[in-house]
Amino acid sequence: MPAKRHAASTASAPAPSTPVTLSSGPATLKSNSSVVDIATHVWQQYISNTPQRTLLLDAFMAFLVLVGGLQFLYCVLAGNYPFNAFLSGFSAAVGQFVLTASLRMQTSESSSAASKPSSKGKNARFADEETEGGISPERAFADYIFGSLILHFFCINFIN
Amino acid sequence: MAKSSLDLLLKGSSGQNTRGLLRIVILLTIAAAAVASRLFSVIRFESIIHEFDPWFNFRATKYLVENGFYSFWDWFDDRTWHPLGRVTGGTLYPGLMVTSGVIYHILRFLTIPVDIRNVCVLLAPGFSGLTALAMYLLTCEMSTSPSAGLLAAAFMGITPGYISRSVAGSYDNEAIAIFLLVFTFYLWIKAVKNGSIMWGALAALFYGYMVSAWGGYVFITNLIPLHVFVLLCMGRYSSRTYIAYTTWYALGTLGSMQIPFVGFLPIRNSDHMAALGVFGLLQLVAFAEFVRGFLPGKQFQKLLTSMVLLTFGLGFAGLVLLTVSGVIAPWSGRFYSLWDTGYAKIHIPIIASVSEHQPTAWPAFFFDLNFLIWLFPAGVFLCFQKLKDEHVFVIIYAVLSSYFAGVMVRLMLTLTPVVCVAAALALSAVLDHFLVLSKPSPESQAKANAVDAKSYQGMKSPIVGIYSHFSKAFVSGSMTLYLLIFVAHCTWVTSNAYSSPSVVLASRAPDGSQMIIDDYREAYYWLRQNTPDNAKIMSWWDYGYQIGGMADRPTLVDNNTWNNTHIATVGKAMSSREEVSYPILRQHDVDYVLVVFGGLLGYSGDDLNKFLWMVRIAEGIWPDEVKERDFFTARGEYRVDEEATPTMKNSLMYKMSYYNYQSLFPSGQAVDRVRGVRLPAESPQLNTLEEAFTSENWIIRIFKVKDLDNLGREHSNAVAFDKGLKRKRASKERALAF
Repeated sequence: MPAKRHAASTASAPAPSTPVTLSSGPATLKSNSSVVDIATHVWQQYISNTPQRTLLLDAFMAFLVLVGGLQFLYCVLAGNYPFNAFLSGFSAAVGQFVLTASLRMQTSESSSAASKPSSKGKNARFADEETEGGISPERAFADYIFGSLILHFFCINFIN
Repeated sequence: MAKSSLDLLLKGSSGQNTRGLLRIVILLTIAAAAVASRLFSVIRFESIIHEFDPWFNFRATKYLVENGFYSFWDWFDDRTWHPLGRVTGGTLYPGLMVTSGVIYHILRFLTIPVDIRNVCVLLAPGFSGLTALAMYLLTCEMSTSPSAGLLAAAFMGITPGYISRSVAGSYDNEAIAIFLLVFTFYLWIKAVKNGSIMWGALAALFYGYMVSAWGGYVFITNLIPLHVFVLLCMGRYSSRTYIAYTTWYALGTLGSMQIPFVGFLPIRNSDHMAALGVFGLLQLVAFAEFVRGFLPGKQFQKLLTSMVLLTFGLGFAGLVLLTVSGVIAPWSGRFYSLWDTGYAKIHIPIIASVSEHQPTAWPAFFFDLNFLIWLFPAGVFLCFQKLKDEHVFVIIYAVLSSYFAGVMVRLMLTLTPVVCVAAALALSAVLDHFLVLSKPSPESQAKANAVDAKSYQGMKSPIVGIYSHFSKAFVSGSMTLYLLIFVAHCTWVTSNAYSSPSVVLASRAPDGSQMIIDDYREAYYWLRQNTPDNAKIMSWWDYGYQIGGMADRPTLVDNNTWNNTHIATVGKAMSSREEVSYPILRQHDVDYVLVVFGGLLGYSGDDLNKFLWMVRIAEGIWPDEVKERDFFTARGEYRVDEEATPTMKNSLMYKMSYYNYQSLFPSGQAVDRVRGVRLPAESPQLNTLEEAFTSENWIIRIFKVKDLDNLGREHSNAVAFDKGLKRKRASKERALAF
């Protein structure tokens, strides 16, 4: 619901600006104040709309980003001597992040698909097929564990 | 009666079971046919490993089976590349050897006493059966028609383009790699369709297996990201794509890094950067999509595209920057030769010298694929009509691999699977339209319309179908004819072109009886029996693996052409005068020199015909000492007869090839049957080598390197002195007799 209200209020300006972190071209075209506004708005929406479980997943993902970033920083600052170890540590973080993101998509899709069908836009046609072959949360979690097991097996094998 | 019972069998739920059963039976038959058609060489000759590379794989497999996995992993081979040795365990793709080792141990465990050689010989046919099954699965993902999968499996089973690399005995990486390629693609398509982590992880696992088996994995590494990238550009991003790709990339890259030979390549080498770039891009897109969930806006699509383009541009610029500054290894030479066919010829003669790296001749496409090649565009067109995610994949695959197959003969192998898929799609569409015999009743028409409307969005005409018996019979009849011709062609090609072991040659005597020419094995066995265990054999690199495998003697260079300088050294020794060559031979501890000479038999793949490549490769390292121009006559001809240039006549290779050859013929009538010329009357003289062995048909000649002279003379002087002495003695005796 709030999404729609927002869209009505700010009309054209906002959409591009949010990925400010990407420093993409269009962001510079907009006035700065609105960017901040929108960012805070998105954040509030996110906090209020996301279910508890998904929030937990997101916290885990943020943690993984932190861990990966720390390792990368260490690699840049202190040298990459045990390169195998760095690689496996870093790719464990990245891989786990990606897997968690996948799990998040799979689990939150079924609940959110009903609430915001309009946002799908062009992809609506494919969304139909998606729900047909949809994946239950249990199956998604089992897949997640399967993927993580393989990931960590490789990492431990690679770490030397 | 019969008809009604058939109806009972083929319709309803029991019909479904019957059809399932039939399908399994057909698939098994196809697999059996695929295996059987590859056994020509075993039946005609014997269970023997073919060609060159397979001999190394065979030797490595034996080592693995005898010494266990860990020592195989750490194998340092001091019997190849003589003074240098080779870290074999870290420089090979172990997938093939490990696979056959595992099969061997399983069979042993089941108390089936089988020789490792037979496992190796029959591995390729066995896996080709599996490839046919994988092909069925892949094509079934593409089409709703049940016949497409079966047709594709049948095509894949017997098409010569694939048989060329998988006959019994050609124990090469491609033997299992094509199965893995097809199966990885199947799992990838499954992953994209379902958006499940499991399929993505399975695809990554098989991708890892593929990496361990064949260097051609780079093809997958680039094809899948390209597929995703095209999907993104078409505005088809979905969470399924994200899940499938990121899972595949994260796990697959880690998996590929487990292979010591690949190591850090996936993050260092430009060949792999596209995958990394798309991975990053997908993260951005996913994030943008996530944000869009909160902010629906009309400009979003525009923003997305601009962001995609921007990141792509930035990524590309960064890639170029990193490549230039040397952080990422530049593209490998083979890769360049893919884009610029002239590249290898100018810069890397060693790559250009391999016949399978040459551009493909046009007839080869028809020879290898027969009528599939003209069904192929039709199939691609059908893919455009449906254009779901998986069809996009087929189209990209088709475009890329047709280009690559045109550039390199060897890559015909990667083209074959997609040709089979596309041709099967086209043919099954034709058959589906022409084979249904009865006019559909109104209700089924309505049903068919519904189906049609779903599958062909472009076609709005309500009733599509051909009901005239004549056209039906004509089209399906001609298609059947083409299929039959295809089978005949495949069998003919397989039996005539691809089933020769090339270690054992066959020819026909004038009366039609078969003659087996077994000079290679004769010579290698001679080496094994008559030389000390560590006698170093020098030969051109083509024969390195065979000498290692069959004669079990150390070699200077072999088919793993990792050290160009070393090969050039051998080339220099072969193409220089004896006075230059002898120190080189001494420095490299060479005991025997082996040359292949086809002049007597008319065997065209001999060393004199490859000689120019030796010269070129040597010239690449020592441009001052070896000059290609000197081997051509003033009129630019490559001659070996009376008019050959002095450089040619004095080269070690020429001397070894024709040494004593004239003695076979009446004086002045020696003829070289390969090059079809008359040779000079007197035999070339060898001072520093002596003939040790010549095989029955003179195909292989082995020369022993003389030790330094006891009296410290030059070899030429010593030889002259020997001759002089004899003459003197003879004259003395004559004098005495008088």
